[in-house]
Amino acid sequence: MSAGIKIKNKRKKQGYKLRQIKKDLWLYILVIPGLLHFIVFKYLPMWGILIAFKDYNAYLGFFGSPWVGFKQFTDFFTSPEFGRLFVNTLTISFYNLIFGFPAPVIMALMLNEIRKQWYKRTIQTLVYIPHFISWVIIASLTYTLFNSQGVINKYIAAMGNEAVPFLTSADTFRPLIIGQTIWKETGFGTIIYLAALAGIDVQLYEAAVIDGANRFKQFWHITLPSIKGTIITLLILRMGHILDNGFDQLFLMSNSLNRSVSEVFDVYVYTMGITRGAFSFSTAVGLFKSLIGIVLIYSSNRLAKAAGESGIF
Amino acid sequence: MKKSWQSKLFDMFNTVVLGVFASTTVLPFLYVLACSFAPEKEILSKPFFIIPSEVHLRSYKYIFSSPTLPRAFLVSLFITISGALTAMFFTLTMAYPLSKKYLVGRNVLLGLVTFTLVFGGGMIPGFLVIKSLGFINKYWALILPGALSTWNLLVVKNFFQELPQEMEDSARVDGCSALGTFLRIVLPLSMPVIATFTLFYAVGYWNDYRSALLYTTNNKMWPLQLVLRQIILMAAGNIDGATFDEAYTQPPLESVKNAVIVFGTVPILAVYPFLQKHFVKGIMIGAIKG
Repeated sequence: MSAGIKIKNKRKKQGYKLRQIKKDLWLYILVIPGLLHFIVFKYLPMWGILIAFKDYNAYLGFFGSPWVGFKQFTDFFTSPEFGRLFVNTLTISFYNLIFGFPAPVIMALMLNEIRKQWYKRTIQTLVYIPHFISWVIIASLTYTLFNSQGVINKYIAAMGNEAVPFLTSADTFRPLIIGQTIWKETGFGTIIYLAALAGIDVQLYEAAVIDGANRFKQFWHITLPSIKGTIITLLILRMGHILDNGFDQLFLMSNSLNRSVSEVFDVYVYTMGITRGAFSFSTAVGLFKSLIGIVLIYSSNRLAKAAGESGIF
Repeated sequence: MKKSWQSKLFDMFNTVVLGVFASTTVLPFLYVLACSFAPEKEILSKPFFIIPSEVHLRSYKYIFSSPTLPRAFLVSLFITISGALTAMFFTLTMAYPLSKKYLVGRNVLLGLVTFTLVFGGGMIPGFLVIKSLGFINKYWALILPGALSTWNLLVVKNFFQELPQEMEDSARVDGCSALGTFLRIVLPLSMPVIATFTLFYAVGYWNDYRSALLYTTNNKMWPLQLVLRQIILMAAGNIDGATFDEAYTQPPLESVKNAVIVFGTVPILAVYPFLQKHFVKGIMIGAIKG
């Protein structure tokens, strides 16, 4: 191809792009509000992360505060809190994963086996509700039911045992938190699995019955494999959040008496940052957490792809 | 199909377990509701009941005797409605262009958007941004930051992508402008999705206490959830040194605490039937396509 034609084609392509942009001018105008929102509320704070490498002082401001390199991070890693925070955060996440992740799957499978539609719909209506209830209400319900004079302890006392300090004991804290999460999210979490289950071809079941498969075999060979993809995708999405414990829930449930197990990264960032004003330090903590999250989500995505499932990236 | 006895046993087990779990959803609320009407002695002595022996309206009268809770309710209502509308404006206007595959620069924009799903500035940088915008103790801080959820944006974008392009094309051929197509063809077709996500945003705003906790010190601006936290959890000695309202300095009676919980829960329960109609559909659209 001669040079002249090459240049003409390139100009044609550039011209095509410009013409397309002109045609879509209104689309670009529509995008502006959302784009501004992203820039101001999502990307601008990312710049704020830089203060993790400074010793931020409110009087000196962002540009006036001195750079201190990795000092905030070393302070954090060598502090006595680091180990405890790491253990607390990971433990709660781990238990949430072990108990909280399978719960909606199991419930969806159970709901799927209910024949009476009215019963299934009633159960669904009821179990979706907690998802919409705020953590303040849930924490308040917990305090009302589990305090030393509450319903649960009254039954325990009636059986002749001593009252259990659910709300202040370090031993009961994690079960309480996991229980709350399961109560709140299991029902709503079934929706996506039920959608996948509803999509299974009925003919598969019919063929299985003809081949003599009993109910359990149908379940094992048709139902379960059909939702495998959904489970794995959701598991990956979950992995990236392994260090996110949900500030809203834990902040409300932690008090000075259970702090040894209840203090997690998210709450620590608030305590050190907002309450104590150690902006740089708490930002470093937050950054550490976010980076681990990114590493986890990309690795679990890779893992899933290696196992043959399509990842989310 | 004739069922084996194992199958029938499983069905029974299944039904009972699901029933028990569903009742744990309802029973706490029924108990709290009963306690809100019951005399204090009954709450302290009886372990669990659903029907109180006597019905007193004392606690509810107390709620309305001071402006604290009604004001907080109205603040929450204001934030919820304006927040949901604002959020839908941002979400719809950004999702539509992003759903057009022919848009030049679309991949760059989508990359920027998706990145925020895995990484963010965090609580403190967010706080500093709000502070430097001058939004501390202003309602803007309670409405704007949450007014565009990346997740919701992507689901709505996917929905727009699935709409048949022919409808828009025929409108353009008929002389409708790009903006007109969006407003008069696409949006009316998207009503279910719009309803679903308006409700999702609304619930998010109604339940949010963290924004007010971080960005306001004026307790007259506090939404309902934050005031509830003050009243109910403060009594357990859980709150450290926050500014609180004069009306609730003493640990309240049990029946008052229960009445306050009811007061905070009833709005969501009242809206729930409308929610339920829409959200299952909304999730399915998002989940299968997304």
